[in-house]
Amino acid sequence: MARILQLDEAIAELVHDGDTVALEGFTHLIPVAAGHEIIRQRRKDLTLIRMTPDIVYDQLIGAGCARKLIFSWGGNPGVGSLHRFRDAIQNSWPVSLEIEEHSHAGMANRYAAGASGLPFAVLRGYAGTDLPEQTDTIKTIECPFTGQRLAAVPAVNPDVGIIHAQQADRAGNVQMWGITGVQKETVLASARSLVTVEEIVDELTPRPGAVVLPQWVVTAVAAVPGGAAPSYAQGYYERDNAYYQQWDPIGRDREQFENWLETEVFGAERSAR
Amino acid sequence: MSSPEFTADEMMTVGAARSLRDGAACFVGIGLPSTAANLARRTHAPNLVLIYESGTLGAKPGRLPLSIGDGVLADTADSVISVPEIFNYWLQPGRIDTGFLGGAQVDRFGNINTTVIGGDYANPKVRLPGAGGAPEIAASCREVLIVMRMNPRSFVEKLDFITSVGYGTGKGDREALGLRGRGPVKVITDLGVLEPDPDTCELTLTQLSPGATVEQARKAVGWPLKAVDEPAMQQPPTEAELTVLRELKTTIEGGAK
Repeated sequence: MARILQLDEAIAELVHDGDTVALEGFTHLIPVAAGHEIIRQRRKDLTLIRMTPDIVYDQLIGAGCARKLIFSWGGNPGVGSLHRFRDAIQNSWPVSLEIEEHSHAGMANRYAAGASGLPFAVLRGYAGTDLPEQTDTIKTIECPFTGQRLAAVPAVNPDVGIIHAQQADRAGNVQMWGITGVQKETVLASARSLVTVEEIVDELTPRPGAVVLPQWVVTAVAAVPGGAAPSYAQGYYERDNAYYQQWDPIGRDREQFENWLETEVFGAERSAR
Repeated sequence: MSSPEFTADEMMTVGAARSLRDGAACFVGIGLPSTAANLARRTHAPNLVLIYESGTLGAKPGRLPLSIGDGVLADTADSVISVPEIFNYWLQPGRIDTGFLGGAQVDRFGNINTTVIGGDYANPKVRLPGAGGAPEIAASCREVLIVMRMNPRSFVEKLDFITSVGYGTGKGDREALGLRGRGPVKVITDLGVLEPDPDTCELTLTQLSPGATVEQARKAVGWPLKAVDEPAMQQPPTEAELTVLRELKTTIEGGAK
């Protein structure tokens, strides 16, 4: 049975320095509050994985939590670049950041292989691009049946997978709906998992197309209402688009960023965002 | 009848929208491609199938979505599926007619860079967001449209990084690489439209935006741009197209760009 924990207890127990951690969410249901708690607990040397690192990864990188980033698209969606991510790559500030870069199709398949208990995945991809030359985890293989040349990518199996969902019941069964990205695969690929939820209910109402993660594949659940903001939780609240725009000038400037970190994360019992 | 006033960007968006066939399945990126695809669905292509990489198949948003994962896409889609599924079952086998891409740099064979500019990969001058879904969209959609504003920083002789393949090093290269779709059939810009030369696959100026000249286009491109003998003049946006486009744009103002 998944244990119901407080967010700070769950992060303290599940996320250790040096771990490989995936906080997934595809525009929708991004586990922002969990990311802020990792910063607050000053974790370091993390290998962070995410297909679309956005603002919360910019914040984790700027706070010095990450040593390596495995990703396929790093930007502030609809606004522009991630400046803490850029500063870490271009100037090693506050620490240097190693990167392992893929395409979305490559990353999605790496999670699917991880969830399937396979060592690697095969896809038709990367041919003719400069990515394989820069990324050790892209190889070309020959199909044993047809002789076709295909790309192979290794499974990702994070130490900890963290996602946000709409609801869990008291046993820790989780239900999420709307755009659910690679969140199911992330939980199934990870050795340990934490699901933050908008609310814990007595009984989950079945919903067409929803993803249900049974309590026996989830390590811990934490009730964190608003835990995906400034992203959104379908049925609960909308995306705070202004926040994404306001992040740009904060992220651009080291001093402004450090002030933000002090007041919004370290100085806050639980961050507003 | 006097033509309505319009901007070069509006012409580019309308030109991109007109390139979409009614009933086609279109893999849509946010920004210009999304605006153009939603304009097409409201004008000549009501049965255009909009597919966003977040997993929304057949989205029919009543306003412009603010991101590829906007809730309005999930609410109006025929089906919402996982990200591994959208890439593996729908994009990779070649079920999608048109892929719509932008980029930071494009070269004369329609290859695209969205990864790094300047320096080298490990120490770039500018780090860009990276590949996202683009390499496989470029490889697998039956055809690709590229939408980009034309200037010498973007239309370059040599890319700093090949993120997505157009025609590689020229004719026959896509086939040799095992890429399935036809590649970029049009690059739609603010000054006109480039199309691959049938013999060499080199991008060639075939249409000009109203008011633009071949010389102006040549100055905006970092390689010696070829042009057909008499590039056609694009039909200016109609009153109806402009009205729908401007109305669409108001649905996004105040939100994310």
